[in-house]
Amino acid sequence: MDHFPTNWGRPRNDAFDAYGTYPIAQHPRNAVDVFADGVQRTQQPIVTGTSVLAIKYKDGIMMAADNLASYGSLARFKDVQRLHPVGDYTVIGAGGDMSDFQYIQQMLEELVTEEFASQDGHTLGPVEIHEYMSHVMYARRSKINPLWNSLVIGGFKNGKSFLSYVDLLGTTYTASTIATGYGSMIAQPLLRKAVEGNETTLTEEEALKIIESSMRVLFYRDARSINKFQVATITEKGATISESRHLETSWSFAEGIRGYGSQTQ
Amino acid sequence: MFRNTYDSDNTVFSPQGRLHQVEYALEAVKQGSAAVGLRSKTHSILLALKRSTGELASYQQKMFRIDDHVGIAIAGLTSDARVLSNFMRQHAMSSRMLFNRPVPVNRLVSAIADKAQVNTQEYGRRPYGVGFLVIGQDQTGPHLYEFSPSGNSYEYFAMSIGARSQSAKTYLEKHYKSFADCTLEELIKHGLHALRETLQQDKELTINNTSIGIVGPSSAHEEAVPPAGPFRILEGEKIQVFLDSMVPKDAPAPTTTAGDEDVQMAE
Amino acid sequence: MPAMLSTQPHGLPHPHMQTEQGPQQRQFNPYTENGGTILAIAGKDFSVIAGDTRQSEGYSIQTRYAPKVFRLTDRAVLAVNGFAADGNMFVKKVRQRLEWYRHAHAKDMPLRAIARLIQTMLYARRFFPYYVYNILGGIEEDGSGAVYSFDPVGSYEREACRAAGAAQSLVQPFLDNQIYFKNQTPAPGTSHPTHLPLPTVLKLVIDSFTGATERHIEVGDGLEIYVVLAKGASTQALEGIRGIQETTVTNDGERVFIIQRELKKD
Repeated sequence: MDHFPTNWGRPRNDAFDAYGTYPIAQHPRNAVDVFADGVQRTQQPIVTGTSVLAIKYKDGIMMAADNLASYGSLARFKDVQRLHPVGDYTVIGAGGDMSDFQYIQQMLEELVTEEFASQDGHTLGPVEIHEYMSHVMYARRSKINPLWNSLVIGGFKNGKSFLSYVDLLGTTYTASTIATGYGSMIAQPLLRKAVEGNETTLTEEEALKIIESSMRVLFYRDARSINKFQVATITEKGATISESRHLETSWSFAEGIRGYGSQTQ
Repeated sequence: MFRNTYDSDNTVFSPQGRLHQVEYALEAVKQGSAAVGLRSKTHSILLALKRSTGELASYQQKMFRIDDHVGIAIAGLTSDARVLSNFMRQHAMSSRMLFNRPVPVNRLVSAIADKAQVNTQEYGRRPYGVGFLVIGQDQTGPHLYEFSPSGNSYEYFAMSIGARSQSAKTYLEKHYKSFADCTLEELIKHGLHALRETLQQDKELTINNTSIGIVGPSSAHEEAVPPAGPFRILEGEKIQVFLDSMVPKDAPAPTTTAGDEDVQMAE
Repeated sequence: MPAMLSTQPHGLPHPHMQTEQGPQQRQFNPYTENGGTILAIAGKDFSVIAGDTRQSEGYSIQTRYAPKVFRLTDRAVLAVNGFAADGNMFVKKVRQRLEWYRHAHAKDMPLRAIARLIQTMLYARRFFPYYVYNILGGIEEDGSGAVYSFDPVGSYEREACRAAGAAQSLVQPFLDNQIYFKNQTPAPGTSHPTHLPLPTVLKLVIDSFTGATERHIEVGDGLEIYVVLAKGASTQALEGIRGIQETTVTNDGERVFIIQRELKKD
């Protein structure tokens, strides 16, 4: 996944070698985008959120996202909540355009309210929310008017945990670890190493440790992140979203770096 | 039956506060052959009496599958039933498409009840001339509902609609308390006994004139039913074993109330 | 492709490569490619339809388990490959059409009718296509095994075998050689068999996928093989196979099995 939300939904240009690995990256297949013509309008995300991380553990799902909404490279809004509870069993986390995400929040709020109002013992769980969101996102992409987000949907209902992904193209999948945006490159390998095969044994403390260490790495490496984030847990007891928190970081190594700024020698 | 000054338009109340067209529609339901529905803790079932116009004709269809978890039995105008059952199928499929969820049975019934209500209020329409018994299972267990052209819908432990259905109702009222803990076989037996009450004096239930609809786990007498117990309709040879389980009727059927055949519309 | 819009800010351009962002796609592109490979092989009285379970975008593995092969009825299995969102939506829509058929006719749609249905549904979107390659496998009404393959806008034909997806160019030549006996000469006085037995076909399928996994980065993680048997066909070849499960629903005679295997995850 591309870590610049601006590039989402645009064709991959594998012919352009962003990391200078020539000649390995020469890839003629995608050099011409056969669908370039015949589409109607431009859109781009404006105020964007970066990665969302989520993992399965023994008791359910743990999800994390920082509180930053960027305006290009400007850290514009620093107290934005990117994790949103939907009903009693689900939390949805979003990267990408924050105004589109707020629209999604309103839409889901309406849906859940309508469901509650019927008062017949039927409630929407994470599976239903996922299916609904995948249809909304796919329908919008089919109108060439996408909601510019990558969404992570985590939940726990009737003894079963559920973790899935939906994005602006309507692409969906479920997995035991999910990381969007920059996190899909930096954090996903760390999450997979720690979680795959241990989904039913990891405790909440261990899960939190994995999430925290991944968020720390992301803060060190992702220029669109801040050290202020929230963690959601969805278990049998319901969904809880923590207060904003920050992690201890160490920058003393910077003293030893030579070759930048004034320290040229 | 006689005509009434206030029956030519269903948007006009009679001075007694009644909508005659709607009541005539309820009569259309009573013209149809009977259908019976029962519910236990694990199953919902339907039983229906199929009519045939004669030796050369086939028997009418009394049951429709709506989705894996829902089925209906009808009494009244079959053509109206097809329109409504199509609507129910669409509703059920859109729930599966949009939410990956079998539609909750009560919402399905409410949806057709709302549709029927519109026809009792808007100018230039006529009410549906058909009543349903709807069975289904969802997150909240097995269900049985009655839908009627007046736009009403109710949930029941047991219910019957159609011609001479009062006789079946009398049987059901006598026994319904035992239904909750019945096995599927016992439930079907009760259902057949109730349905038998609606027959005319010289008629009996046969494999040709009886349909059984089931939602819930398989009976020992069924083959290849998936574990989820989806809605299925049993007809023909398959129901012989259930007909054989019935207790032969010794005494003649108790006479029903006179008003059952044709309700008088008192002014 | 339009000409480059900007000049190099520093140094000469690399002779073989753009060192600066070239032409930039400004419009929203509603498609992506999610990797993976599918294949199907028809036998005399069986059909085998298989696909890997990796879903990827670019160099990222999104998930190790996203099925691409779906049981439609007890005699039809559909494999879908390309843009995953289109694929999933397409399968859902096909299933709804089959459900309406069941409501109307109280039986499952025959295989050749499903094939024509798929053509119509794909062509209906001729000018905004489902970016998916479909392979339909199963049993015809005459009891023969069949494979139908489609392009994204609905051209289709019945074949004995077909591979599609990321590793099509690796797998199809292998199948041409092993199933159609292309570039093989039979020993004098003998001829190539017209139909291969099920155990041989299963071996070919597994070899195809282990091979594709080795040589293609978008193939791997898991393998799902559906086997559809005609009415009365022997199940002997399936006995004792590791990871096999029956998924038959009706008792019309045709039977469906699924075999799940691991593939390399690197």
